[in-house]
Amino acid sequence: MSKIFNRLLHLDWMVFSIVVTLSILGILTIYSATRIPEYTVQGLFLPEGPGLKFFERQIIWLILGITVFFGILFVDYQWLKRLSLLFYVISVLLLVIVLVAGKKIMGASRWIDLGLFSFQPTDIFKVAFLITLAQYLHDLRTRLTAGVIFKIFLYFVILPVILILKQPDLGSAAIIFLAFLCILLLYGAESRFLKMAIIVSLISLPFLWPVFWEGLKDYQKKRIQAFLSEDIDPMGIGYHIKQSKIAIGSGGFFGKGYLRGTQGPLKFLPEKHTDFIFAVFTEEWGFFGAVIVLSLYLLYMLRGFDTARKARDDFGRILALGIVVLTGLYVFINIGMTLGLTPVVGIPLPFMSYGGSALLSNFIMAGILTNIRMRRFEIFH
Amino acid sequence: MFEQRDSALKVMVFRRMRIAEVIALIISTILLLRLFQLCVIERETYTRLAEANRQRIIPIEPQRGIIYDRNGVPLVKNLPYFVAQLSPEYTSEGQIQEIADLLKIPKEEILEKIKNRRSEIEPITIKEGLSFEEVARIEARHSDYPGLSVSTTFIRRYLYGSIGAHLIGYLGRITKEQWEFLRQEGVPQDAFVGQWGVEKVYDDLLRGRYGKKIVEVDALGNEVRLLQVVPPEKGQDITLSIDIEVQKAMEEAYQGRAGAFVAIDPNTGEVLALGSLPSFDPNRFSRGADPDYWRQLSQDPWHPFINRAFQAQYPPGSVFKIVVAIAGLEEGIIKPSTTYTCSGGIPFGNRFFRCWKKEGHGTVNLKRAIVESCDVYFYEVGRILGIDRIAEYARRLGLGQPSGIKLVSERKGIVPSTEWKIKTLGQPWYPGETLSAAIGQSYVSATLVQLARMIGAVANGGYLKELRLLRKTEEINSPQSMVQEISINISQETLNLIRDALKGVVNEPGGTGGAARLQGIYVGGKTGTAQVISKAIETHKLAERERDHAWFVAFAPVENPQIAMTVFVEHGGQGGSVAAPIARAGLESFFRIKKMAIPDHQGD
Repeated sequence: MSKIFNRLLHLDWMVFSIVVTLSILGILTIYSATRIPEYTVQGLFLPEGPGLKFFERQIIWLILGITVFFGILFVDYQWLKRLSLLFYVISVLLLVIVLVAGKKIMGASRWIDLGLFSFQPTDIFKVAFLITLAQYLHDLRTRLTAGVIFKIFLYFVILPVILILKQPDLGSAAIIFLAFLCILLLYGAESRFLKMAIIVSLISLPFLWPVFWEGLKDYQKKRIQAFLSEDIDPMGIGYHIKQSKIAIGSGGFFGKGYLRGTQGPLKFLPEKHTDFIFAVFTEEWGFFGAVIVLSLYLLYMLRGFDTARKARDDFGRILALGIVVLTGLYVFINIGMTLGLTPVVGIPLPFMSYGGSALLSNFIMAGILTNIRMRRFEIFH
Repeated sequence: MFEQRDSALKVMVFRRMRIAEVIALIISTILLLRLFQLCVIERETYTRLAEANRQRIIPIEPQRGIIYDRNGVPLVKNLPYFVAQLSPEYTSEGQIQEIADLLKIPKEEILEKIKNRRSEIEPITIKEGLSFEEVARIEARHSDYPGLSVSTTFIRRYLYGSIGAHLIGYLGRITKEQWEFLRQEGVPQDAFVGQWGVEKVYDDLLRGRYGKKIVEVDALGNEVRLLQVVPPEKGQDITLSIDIEVQKAMEEAYQGRAGAFVAIDPNTGEVLALGSLPSFDPNRFSRGADPDYWRQLSQDPWHPFINRAFQAQYPPGSVFKIVVAIAGLEEGIIKPSTTYTCSGGIPFGNRFFRCWKKEGHGTVNLKRAIVESCDVYFYEVGRILGIDRIAEYARRLGLGQPSGIKLVSERKGIVPSTEWKIKTLGQPWYPGETLSAAIGQSYVSATLVQLARMIGAVANGGYLKELRLLRKTEEINSPQSMVQEISINISQETLNLIRDALKGVVNEPGGTGGAARLQGIYVGGKTGTAQVISKAIETHKLAERERDHAWFVAFAPVENPQIAMTVFVEHGGQGGSVAAPIARAGLESFFRIKKMAIPDHQGD
């Protein structure tokens, strides 16, 4: 008991407070975004359907997430090493299954439906990927030359990324690939590799672009075009950006006040409770609220970097870096998207967006992060 | 195991982590600045856009003011009318086809209207005059097509049809220029506004003020909540100076011929009747225009869209002799007793100027010359006066200048003079042309309203009155109206002589205007027959379009004039036999006299 008590003393309450605060803000915003406005004039509104409401489901997932978070703390993260390969194989298999038997929503099969709830295999894969990559890099005895990096890419990245692209989920695939590059760069890839990567991509871009472009689905092309010019498709994807900017801009400094936003509940803003939740939040809480949320995410990242520095071993260090990088990319690209700075790639905002498996995987990652920090003084078995 | 590895790697990883932290900070700062830009700097813009998003403004049409005649008889009424409106931003491409099928209109028509819309926020009208069944059908499908709605408005019904149509006018869809001007007052882009006649001139009074309903809508166009209602204000009713019975009697007296008439109260300047024929039925294009009818009217060789009372000018013929007679008396060239002998014409220069009566009038004094409309007498007087003195009196009597009637596109006629001819034609004035001008031919031309004002001034003792379309009592309230009249500066003696002569035209044996005679009321008048082509051919042998124009000006009762009028029949033939009976019909109606048989009279 005293051991557990001792560990709780070393527990990083800061990470926990941040992610719980963000999750609660998320649930409040989901409630606001999906509330049914008073349809007093004509009473025409299609409710969400029977069963639990979005915010109620998210509360359940949050409770589950917190439970898992503490569950993770009881086991030394070193155990993850032993399970990583199994974990990885299962998650890749799930990516295959979702393509075959996934639930199709708006033309994309990203969900596996288990009746009671559905989840995204991509969320599970993200965690497995980080663990496996950390273990591989940790075990690696050679320097990270371009050749080695390419080998890792072939082993761990190319297959799942193609599977995810098949769903299709361009956003997640791009982020996983980006995270992979960032982790390697952080973890000692030779600077020659960096230079080479930049030169190769600059040279190959004009040749690869048409290939890449032709391979895109129409809606993916539209998103890129809309990002480059809002006017191309004002009622389509450009509409998302425009409505998101309207929601954020009309929030002003202190916001319109909780439950006073109109862009979400009146459905001007699509994906209001998922990908564009930051816009709904800012409409109601203003610049002020947005700065607080942004600060919380930044604090989470800095805490993650700090954990990586203090980790007692390389595995923990790489894992912590991976979690920070992946979460950071999601946060920056998602918020950038709602602000009209990055292209619209359908990715959620960690902890805040509606989505059970995403919330759970984020809590798992936060748990691992806390675990690494908690055990920084412990000696190896 | 870290301890055993290259410590250089650790140093490098830590350094790169530091760089990553800085990059995270920089990205956060960029996001922060962008947030600041949107939320603080551009807040106004986005707040407005958010409001525009959720608010839909639905204009509420006011009831248009009713138009009454001088006796309080309504000339128009408003009937409820349903139109289908579409908000394209809440309608998908596929729905347009379905809506087109629902309303049984071609899809292309809807797409065309969407393309041509002027306002991005207002709905567009896609079908007019819905039946109750169609209204029910649209309401039933409201949840399927949130962009489609029924708007209740009014249609103008003109109770007298084509009677007085030129004067009362009609409504038409607002033009782009009109809308640019009126949009601040909340007039919607496809509103109907007055486009002709009184409906146009007094549109500001009649229109009323548009109200609006502001509702909160969701992104699908469903109305969520009523935010604000500004009720419309009914347009002002107006009472015209027109007597619809006189108007009707005169239009009917034309029996299908083309022409125009103007009757005024010489004491007040109020217009009692004003018509132009052929006319049109404004009910057939007041709303939901009937394109075939429109085409038929615009291709009609008799041009029903021209208001002949003031948008056209004609040679006044012998009616102009009143001007020459006044000029002669005032200039002292003739006295009432001055006589000339008419033997059917006079030679002048190398031409022979005919009198309309080939056998001649014999020796006539001024009164007989007017009563029998002897051309030779006026050739003689005109020759002595000269064209410039004739022109001076013509202008004094209101010719050659706009009468100022408050209707659009008034023409001002021509009063020729030596100066005028040099200026406009670059030619000198030939003395022979003075003779033609003296009997209202040559270049002389006038509009009906000018001649009505002129005969009004003769009747009322010398005042050109400002012409009014509204009853005096009401017009005083409107800002631009000040009671106005211009003295023509003609001696009462002269006017008495002229009035007496004009009384003779109608009431004495040999008078050319006998067809306008009334029982119990003395009518004064002057006939005119204006040549359209200057050949002496028997009238009945000429093609209809080459026949003379028939004129008659009149006022009554002579002792105390209550009405003055001009009657014109285009290519009608002789004034005395064609125009005078129409004047009589109007006078009978004005004095409410039962029709009586009066023998036809011959003569100019």
